[in-house]
Order: sequence, then C-alpha cells, then structure tokens
Amino acid sequence: MAKVAPPEELVKVDHTPPKKEWMDMPVELKEGRWCYGSKPKDHEVIGLPNPRAWSPGDEDWKLPENWQEIFLEGMRERLDKFRSFRLFMDICVRCGACADKCHFFIGSGDPKNMPVLRAELLRSVYRGEFTTAGKVLGKLAGGRKLTYDVFKELFYYFFQCTECRRCSLFCPYGIDTAEITIIGRELLNLLGCNIDWITGPVANCYRTGNHLGIQPHAYHSMLEFFCEEIEEITGILPEPSFNRKGAEILFITPSGDVFADPGTFTAMGYLMLFHYLEGMGLDLTWSTYASEGGNFGYFTSHEMAKRLNAKMYAEAKRLGVKWILGGECGHMWRVCNQYMNTFWEPPKNLETPVSPITGTRFENAKDHRMLHICEFTADLIKHGKLNLDPSRNDQYKVTFHDSCNPARGMGFFEEPRYILNNICNEFYDMPINTIREQTFCCGGGSGLNTDEIMDLRMRGGLPRANAVKYVHEKHGVNLLSCICAIDRATLPPMMEYWVPDVEVSGVHELVANALILEGETKRTMNLRAEEFPWVEEEEEEEVEEAAAEVILEAAEEEVEEAIEERAEETTEEAAADSAEEAAEEPVKEAAEEKAEGDK
Amino acid sequence: MGIWVSFFAVIALVVIPWVGAQGAGQYFFGIVIPYLAVLIFIIGFIYRVVQWAKLPVPFKIPTTGGQMKSFSWIKSNPIDNPSSTGGVIARMALEVFAFRSLFRNTRIELRDGPKVDYGSNKWLWVAALAFHYAFLVVFIRHFRLFLEPVPFFVGALESVDGFMEIGLPRLMISGVVLLLAALYLFLRRVSVPQLRYISLAADYFPLFLIIGLATSGILMRYFLRVDITSVKELVIGLVSFHPTIPKGIGVIFFIHLFLISVLIAYFPFSKLMHAGGVFFSPTRNMPNDNRARRHINPWNYPVKVHTYAEYEDDFREKMIEVGLPVEKE
Repeated sequence: MAKVAPPEELVKVDHTPPKKEWMDMPVELKEGRWCYGSKPKDHEVIGLPNPRAWSPGDEDWKLPENWQEIFLEGMRERLDKFRSFRLFMDICVRCGACADKCHFFIGSGDPKNMPVLRAELLRSVYRGEFTTAGKVLGKLAGGRKLTYDVFKELFYYFFQCTECRRCSLFCPYGIDTAEITIIGRELLNLLGCNIDWITGPVANCYRTGNHLGIQPHAYHSMLEFFCEEIEEITGILPEPSFNRKGAEILFITPSGDVFADPGTFTAMGYLMLFHYLEGMGLDLTWSTYASEGGNFGYFTSHEMAKRLNAKMYAEAKRLGVKWILGGECGHMWRVCNQYMNTFWEPPKNLETPVSPITGTRFENAKDHRMLHICEFTADLIKHGKLNLDPSRNDQYKVTFHDSCNPARGMGFFEEPRYILNNICNEFYDMPINTIREQTFCCGGGSGLNTDEIMDLRMRGGLPRANAVKYVHEKHGVNLLSCICAIDRATLPPMMEYWVPDVEVSGVHELVANALILEGETKRTMNLRAEEFPWVEEEEEEEVEEAAAEVILEAAEEEVEEAIEERAEETTEEAAADSAEEAAEEPVKEAAEEKAEGDK
Repeated sequence: MGIWVSFFAVIALVVIPWVGAQGAGQYFFGIVIPYLAVLIFIIGFIYRVVQWAKLPVPFKIPTTGGQMKSFSWIKSNPIDNPSSTGGVIARMALEVFAFRSLFRNTRIELRDGPKVDYGSNKWLWVAALAFHYAFLVVFIRHFRLFLEPVPFFVGALESVDGFMEIGLPRLMISGVVLLLAALYLFLRRVSVPQLRYISLAADYFPLFLIIGLATSGILMRYFLRVDITSVKELVIGLVSFHPTIPKGIGVIFFIHLFLISVLIAYFPFSKLMHAGGVFFSPTRNMPNDNRARRHINPWNYPVKVHTYAEYEDDFREKMIEVGLPVEKE
C-alpha cells in the first residue's frame, strides 16, 4: 500500500493544467491511484475473458493479439445499443461546467479527472476511429487512434471515476460521465482488464450469494451473534428466520453490514426493528442465497450487473414472498431503482408493497415491488407506530451524508432526514452545495473502496470531509450518518484522516438506539456496547440513594428495638400505633443527617 | 494549435468570397453555395436526428435533481425529479429555454485550512443565454429579407430590438449582444487555464465563424452599406426558387452570406448538434418512475446465472448443520 501523505501535504493541490496539450501528455500511472489487477481465478468463476496474472504496474498487460479489434468492435456494438453512449460521444461542447464538480479533480488537480476530459479520453478514440473528420484530420478534429498507451490511460482514469453523477447534474445536456465510465469499463473488461477489488467480490457474490464470500452457515451464525449482542444490551433476544418459504417479506441488505463495523450496528438495528414489529404483524425472512444487496457486477458491465441482480427476484419467487424490503445501500438502490425491473420481469407472486403495520400501499413501487427500508420506517414513524426515545442518541450531534446513488439516481432525500429528526435531538445538515442532489462522493464508490488507492480516496474525500468539518466546528457534529454500506466502509478512514472525532453510522443503528422494545431492561449502552455518557452520572446518584437506603434500614432497626422496649411498658396495640408515628420522624432525620454527613 | 488553425480557417473563409464574388463568381457565391449549404444542413440535420432517434434506450436513467415522489406528506420536486410526462416536459422546457442545469453552476475554491468554498458562478449561464437568444432575435429579424409582405412580428421585434433609437439605421441591440457574448465565450475559453486545456479546434472554429458573421453583418448594416433592396431581391429569388443576382451588391454581403452558408453546412457534423441532441438526453427526458412503470430494454437477452439449486448443492450439508431449510434433504 502506498503511503498517504499527511493532510497538510495532500491538500497542496495545483489545479493548473500543464502547458503541453493533453493528447501529447504520456500516461503516467501514479502509485496510490491505481488498483491491483483482477485475478485469473475470479475470471474463471464468472467467465471473464483473458484470465491471467497481471498488474497495471507492468509494462505488458498481456492483452490478446487482436485487442484493438476486440475493443473497437465492442465500442461499435455499444454505440448502436445505447443512445446515451452515442449521444454523449456526439454533443459535448466542452463548456467546462462539469470541470470542477468532480471530487477527484478537486482533490487531485489532475486535469484528466475533469469529467469533460475523462470523457474526451474515449471521445477522442470515437472521433479518431469512427468519424470521417477524425479519421482524416486526426488530432485537429480531436481524434486519436487507440494505442497501447491510450488503452492504459482509459483504464487508469475509468478506475478513477466513482460513477457518482455529480457532473451530470451540472451538464446543460445531461451528459453523464457515469454512463461513459460504465461503458468504458465494459470495454476494458472485454480484454480482461478489471481490478481485483471488483472481480473478487463479483466472483464471491456469484457463488456464495454475497461479495464477502460468507457461506450460508457463517452468515447465519453472524446474525445469531448479533442477536446475542442485542440480548446483552437490551435483555431481548431477536429470533430472525432465514430462507423461510411463505414469509410475506424478503429482506435483502448489503453483506458489508454483516461483516464489518460500523455496518454491523446497522444490521443489529434492522434485527431490533424487525423484532419490535413482529408482534405487530411483520412476517419477514432473511436469505442466505440473496444475501447481498450490493452489486459489484454493476462496476463490471451491464451484463454482470444483471447476472448478480438475478438472485433478488429469483429468491423472492422461490420463497413465495409478497414483496422485497431493501436495506441501506447506495449503488444497490441505483441498480434496484433504475435497472432491476428492466433486467427482469418481476415474478408474479410479488404484489404492490403494503406495510403490514400501517396499511400504507406504496403505489410508487407498484411494478418493481421493493421498498427502501427508510421509506418503510419513515411511514412507521409518521403513523406513530414506533415507541422512540430520541434522548438515547443524545451523545451524538448528527449530520447526514447523501449517498450519490440514492441522491442522483433516485432523489431520496427527505425520508432519511425525517427519520433522523425523529430519533435524535440534534441534527445539522452540511452546507447546501455538498448535500442532496449536489452531494459529494465518499471517494470510494463504484468498487474503488480498496486500500491500495488510499491516496486517491483521501483526495476524492476532501470535499465531503471538508463539509463535515464545517458542521463539526460550527455545531460540534460528531456523527456522520449515511444510508450506504460502502460509505460505512470508506467514511471512517476518511474521517480519521480529515476530521478526527467524527464517527460514522447507518440510520437504522440510530433508530434502534432510540427504539424502546417491549420488556427490555434499562438500557445503559448504545448498540456499540459503549456505555451512555450519562450512565456514570446516573450511577453516582444511584449509589447515593442506595447509601441512604442502607442508613434508613439501620435506623429503622434501631427504632424497632426502641419500640419493643416501650411496648413492654404499654399494651401491644397502643404501643404499635404510637411507635409507628414516632418511628417515621427520627428515622428520616437520622437518614438525612447521615446522608449530608457523607457528602 | 487548434485556436490558430481555426482562426486562419475563418480568415480564409472571409478572403475566398472577397476575391471570388466578382462578376460571374457572384452566381457561385450568391446562388450555388447557399443552396448547397441549406441542402447539406437539412439532410445532415435530419440524418443525425434520425440516427439518434433510431438507437435503443435500454435503461431509464434520469439524473434526479430533487426529492422523488413518494409519500403525500413529503414535498416532491416534480420538475427536477419528474415522475410524469408533464414533469418531463417542464424539465425539458426549462433546460432548453432557460438552461436550467447551467444555472446551477458553481465554482470551487480551495483555500488554506483546507477549506473548500463554492461560489456562485452564473456568468457562463448569462453569456450562454445572451448568445442564444440574441442569435434567435437576429435570425427572426432576417425574415424581413425572406418574406414579402414582412410578417407583423418581425416589425414588432425590431421595434423592441432597436428601442434605444441610436444611430441611423437604428442600432439593433441583438447584433451587438451576439457579438459581445461570442467574444466573451471566446475570451473565457482562452483565459481560464482548464478550459483552454480542454478546448479543441472544433470549439474555436464555430466561435470565430459566428464572430465573423456578426461582424460582417454589423459592418454591412452600419458602415459598408449595401443596397438593401437588391439584397432582398436576391434572397427572395433564392427562397422562391427563381434565383437572380441583382447588380451592385457590395462584396461584404457575399462574405456574410458565405460565412452563414459555411456555418449551416458545418452544423450537422459538429458539436453544434447539441441543439438537436439535448432533446434525446436520457438523463433529462425520462421520468423517474422506474419502480411504478416497467421500462423495457429492446435488446434484453438471457444471461447465465447461479441458481438457488446450484447454490444449495454447494452448501447443503453446512446449511443443514445450522438448521437452515433446504429443498433437497
């Protein structure tokens, strides 16, 4: 792993491009900005072409002999299959509105990270190889030939784009660099050039059902372990069901939440919410086969996205559920929202989702029949179905990171904010240019959340982190919440680097912190098993009270003895009456005196 | 390099009719070239648009710029995140007539601290609007030359355009705005380092061409006066397919006519096609209603998947061990 320079060094970014024209600048693969090459064994599992051991750092990438032909044929095919691709190759006027909208350009200053130039890398090949003007006039018409160096340059920069679509928001023609990167990566994949961090998870997901390669029994035990944790914190043991036929709802969430902190706390949050709702009529199952909400296939090709996505509807059909509930995940929701029911026809057994608790019918999901858990929970809160104590999140001052995909691929802004405002007392949004549709990437989306490019990730994370720093300094924000599993993996190191003292959480971790389960023991810790900061104070008070009680008891004994003495002198009944009256006063006085003395 | 090639190319395009539009040459520059240019424009434009229109749109991928339509108690943004055809039409109208996306433009500044600042940056939006609308007004004003009788709206537009009532003939603001906006767009391109870095000959060429066009038009109207009656005779001849070359039209007119001819002939093969292309952009012209209405991919094809049965075969024993239900014991 390349060493990352300290923040004060990293931030010295020069945005001035070099004097030489960009087509004349040879590609230089900088350490810390390219990912390790894909492994042959993973190629074989999923049938990717050209399995071989290789590294982008090598001189020879071991491409097949007719690599240019394969690439250009693939390009021609896609120019005919995607109106978006052809149009985006044709109509850019290079107005530059997108140039400084990219987090990687802001943080690296590399001019080829300006969205317009990233696209021009491929556009120049389009002009040079497919248009008459480009073929005849070459560079003068902005065209160039597909050389080995050009190919390497495409690889280098298409794996420095997180497909976040921020640039497309600002483009007057809606040119979407994500679309160009997606198709660019498809072309690279035709020659077997992908990165290990993507093909590994894809191969895992294909075989075991999830990116992390967690096998069914292990997945099962991990969730059981979470349930035991929950029991320790709340005294209640949830009992989730798995692969259960006939359940009403199938729940699918990214496997990252089952595997690594702080995502695990979000998974615990789901378990607690589902347990809470069970008594109210929730009939839900988890699946070990469809145990991945995320889809790294989407970072490989449309076809691979479809192959991995297949499990969602297939499992919903096999189990005979009525609808699917999806967990907090960014690109999962881009795929589910904009691709899933185009890839596949929804199975007949699925119906328009209806909340079994509130009866709300979700007409906005009537064809694709899947709900985002934040929609589901927001509806529960709106109907007053959740017993919440927001003060249990009082140790946090919370802000919210809009993940790129639900933001610009869905428009999912208010639901999570509505939840947050109901489960915590202090919520502060970041500045307007950095949230909602203008939100910034975590720096590690689209499969770029790997450690060997930590330099690039910290650079790309600068705009996001800087906005967090702003609310951290202004309002004391100490928790960055989000609804994306990749965020939960990438934001913690980014916070540690740019804004230490800010933690990262999912929304449903906070929901469960606030959620009062029936019959729970008094909560003294949050889901992270950290004692609430106010518990210590309360304990001190309790100790004092307990001390006072001990004293009381002792005093009572003394009084009782006195009563007995006096009882001997008078009749029993009379004595008892007067003794009780007499006893109360001195006992209290004695106790109070002693308590004051202790202080 | 691109900038100089474009510059000298446009200079050449001025010199060619200057030298050539003499005597019989006027037939070539006054009749053949304009007809040819219009023919290339019409065929080229239709070809490009039909080519895009014929291409499939496999996925519904709008870029959502506001809250989606969900609960009745959550306010949605029906224009920046449309869920209906009406919303899409409104979004496209704002995009085409008001350059809505460009209006969002900001400029980042990285200060010490580090502190990333986002400044409002509307100059490109202002200049783009000024440029396009001025061009439109100038174009409509030219109807005076094409049509007899002159339609009423041309007169109305001219009285607005010339409201300042300066000079004789009256100064038309649109021509000046067009020239200044084009100059701004050019200066911006050469003075902002990143923009200069990404600019191609194809970006400078149309700008120089339009600057030349506007300049020749202004020269012709205010300084190197030509006989407007003869010009109208020529133009009416062209549009009524009875072309004629009246005597005594100054060469500046032929330069102007040649530049516009080159511009429209160049149009369909250049970035200027953004004018037609913007209507086809799938990130803008589609509603965000995927979950309610299924979008069909015309070339959707079956793919190899890993089925549950294969999965269970791999892990059956382990599943049974922890009590997970299986299909085959």
